[in-house]
Amino acid sequence: MTPCGMISGGMTALLRTEGLTRRYAGLVAVDAVDMAVEPGLVHAVIGPNGAGKTTLFNLISGIVAPSAGSVWLGGADITRLPADRRAQRGIARTFQNIRVFGAMTVLENVLTGLHARPGPGIAATILRLPRFRRMERDCVARARAALDFVGLADRAEERAAALAYGDQRRLEIARALAPEPRLLLLDEPAAGMNPAETEALGHLVRRIRAAGTTVLLVEHDMGFVMGVSDRVTVLNFGRRIFDGAPAAARRESVVIEAYLGPKVAARLAREAAS
Amino acid sequence: MLAQQLVNGVLLGATYALFALGFTLMFGVLRVINLTYGFYFTAGAFIALAATRTAHLPIWVALPFAALGAGLIAVLVDFLLLTRLRRVRAPELSSLMVTLGATLALYSAMTSLLGPDIRRLPPGLISPQAIEIAGIRVTEAQLLILGATAILVGALLLLLRRTRFGLAIRAMSEQPDAAGLVGIDIARAAALVSFVSGCLAGAGGVLIGLNFNAIHPYMGEAMMLRGFVVIIVGGLGDIRGALIAGLLLGIVEVMTAAYLDSNLKEAVAFAILVAVLWTKPSGLFGRARLRRA
Amino acid sequence: MAIPDWLDDLLWTYQNLIHSLGINGLLALSMYVVLAVGQLSLGQAAFMGLGAYSSALMTLRLHWPFWAVLPASCVVPAAFALAIGVPTLRLSGVYLAIATIGLGEVLRAIYLNVDLFGGALGLSGIPDSAETWMIYALLGAALLALWLIGRSRIGRAMEAMREDEVAAQVMGVNIRAYRMGALLASAVLAGIAGALSAHVSSFIGPGEYGFEPAVTILSFALLGGIGTPLAPVLGSTILTLLPELLRGFSDLRLVFNGVIIVIAVLFLPNGLLSWRMPRRAA
Repeated sequence: MTPCGMISGGMTALLRTEGLTRRYAGLVAVDAVDMAVEPGLVHAVIGPNGAGKTTLFNLISGIVAPSAGSVWLGGADITRLPADRRAQRGIARTFQNIRVFGAMTVLENVLTGLHARPGPGIAATILRLPRFRRMERDCVARARAALDFVGLADRAEERAAALAYGDQRRLEIARALAPEPRLLLLDEPAAGMNPAETEALGHLVRRIRAAGTTVLLVEHDMGFVMGVSDRVTVLNFGRRIFDGAPAAARRESVVIEAYLGPKVAARLAREAAS
Repeated sequence: MLAQQLVNGVLLGATYALFALGFTLMFGVLRVINLTYGFYFTAGAFIALAATRTAHLPIWVALPFAALGAGLIAVLVDFLLLTRLRRVRAPELSSLMVTLGATLALYSAMTSLLGPDIRRLPPGLISPQAIEIAGIRVTEAQLLILGATAILVGALLLLLRRTRFGLAIRAMSEQPDAAGLVGIDIARAAALVSFVSGCLAGAGGVLIGLNFNAIHPYMGEAMMLRGFVVIIVGGLGDIRGALIAGLLLGIVEVMTAAYLDSNLKEAVAFAILVAVLWTKPSGLFGRARLRRA
Repeated sequence: MAIPDWLDDLLWTYQNLIHSLGINGLLALSMYVVLAVGQLSLGQAAFMGLGAYSSALMTLRLHWPFWAVLPASCVVPAAFALAIGVPTLRLSGVYLAIATIGLGEVLRAIYLNVDLFGGALGLSGIPDSAETWMIYALLGAALLALWLIGRSRIGRAMEAMREDEVAAQVMGVNIRAYRMGALLASAVLAGIAGALSAHVSSFIGPGEYGFEPAVTILSFALLGGIGTPLAPVLGSTILTLLPELLRGFSDLRLVFNGVIIVIAVLFLPNGLLSWRMPRRAA
């Protein structure tokens, strides 16, 4: 019996997965995962290494097709949609190993993020119709706003590859935020960051939530997760073993067992009881 | 007569299979589409030509000699062109482009030096006599092809299944990074794979040169189209697939020439290629190199 | 407007070269659009041949006027591009490369052996309907269009695809649509080049659209680079002029092109003109 917190109403959730499964030749990476992400919250997915978190992300963003199950965004079934269509519906993501476009400038990177919004069309582009000019100006304005939001406004014309690691991470987030997505997927945003950078990242995530964007993140850094999330889903061996408040997750025996093994979990339980 | 055509087809297909084997091996293990492969085929034929015309060597010496020569050329080309790309983990298309350029340069140089004329192996190398078995005519040349192909394929399979080197190759084709980590000397293995592939191509060149009695600088080119068809129908990197697809292609080609129009051979081969791409691009047995896009 | 005699003479003597420069420029752009989305197609020569043969047949057998023939010459190459593109664009890039090399070879065999195309003798007596200004006008228009596209959302999507396809897709770029669009554009450009070239030299033959021209076209783009649409045209200009300037060299032209490709891939990944075009319509 899987203990879990309340999985509140499928109807109000922004993102829902139902029995989402991904099998590879030798193993099941994601095993019938049910999950609901409420709008306006920061929802974290955690679990030991190899638990299937990144695969889950890839399934949600559409880079990998599921072996079974479905994904719902705002009540619509997006399971069959390819990644680019999901982006157009309002899902944006960052990657574990930062994937900015190194040869482009910072501003151009963020401009590519705006591709999720409709464009002027090829005729208007070649003929430089007013519609084209208007939409380009609009894109640049939005891009600058996104850069401003993450604090990179003054680096707009620099080559992305020249940025420091932490700044590249912020650039990636700006790029994802520019089209004003409904759901932002952050894949291990704190990876490779020192404590100061991690704290700044936490502030940024809270500001993103305050601005109304729902955030789903995968992270190993427990401190970061506990400090910033409203809700936590725990995976182990591809299965969901817990879903609920972060503080509750820490006390939950299945979760402790997943991370530390049954023996240590049992000992901790005994010590807590005495 | 149908049975005769079938036999001809199988024999032609055996050479296609032989040719495609080295090509698919290179792809499976080295992740490289090596377009200079056709050149090794041509080189083998020309080496045999020189060996038999100038040095008057008999065919059963010239054939292995040509194969070895082609193998060495393959190692050299791999070293000069592909090692660097492997080291920087360049995308597949880079190796395709670089070998494309090298192919053009090599073929053009060869044509400039030797002229485009068709040459023939000296007469009398192989007796043109044919044997009749159950009403089917098989020439000595065809028997040689069959025998050589069987020996080479058998040797290759033995190499792959029974030796440490073969194990290393199979590891490299499954998981190139892991193979390096467990201590397999990638550079040496790559050189050996190139050598083996080159030998197969070179042998194929001699055998086809014998079968059709024509050797010219662009003969490898024409084979490449068949090579593509075979490796895609059989599955990129799959040996069983290359063998079966090669035989099938040989049969189809001979049948087309016999019952439709000899000029349609290439078109039929290409149509098969496109049909496979539309329906089952991973081929008969291949691990699909598909993309999510 | 009267041109001075010496200029007139010069233009006449070098007429072929001037035509070739323009046509090779179009072919270089045809290669460029495909490389610009991160694909490798070697079908430009094949598409050119389809444009050349179909336009020649339209003029010689159907007696259509040239202003109708030129746009119609895009149709057959585009159809072949669809037939090859649709199955291969969802596969790894290697398949498209192989299929397009194969296409060239197969078409050559068909041109050689089917009577409609004149066999080994090709088609001759094609009227001189294409003028020099047409070639350069189309080249200029293509350059302008690609330049304008490059400095826009579309150009950003293309560069993103080239650098990191998965990241681009996650940003809403429909990879398959862009690849197919690029392949079609490449077929149209090459087809037009073929029609123009057929109507400027009075004769076309099966040997002109095979493996060697295909690889040569690649060498244009690799030499010049693909940072901007001008770069591959620079490459084609250099590689078209060079054999003219170095006379005894023309035998080794193909060898040289091949070596250029090898050197470009191994040492000069950005080509000669490594300048990158800014991607904003600023």
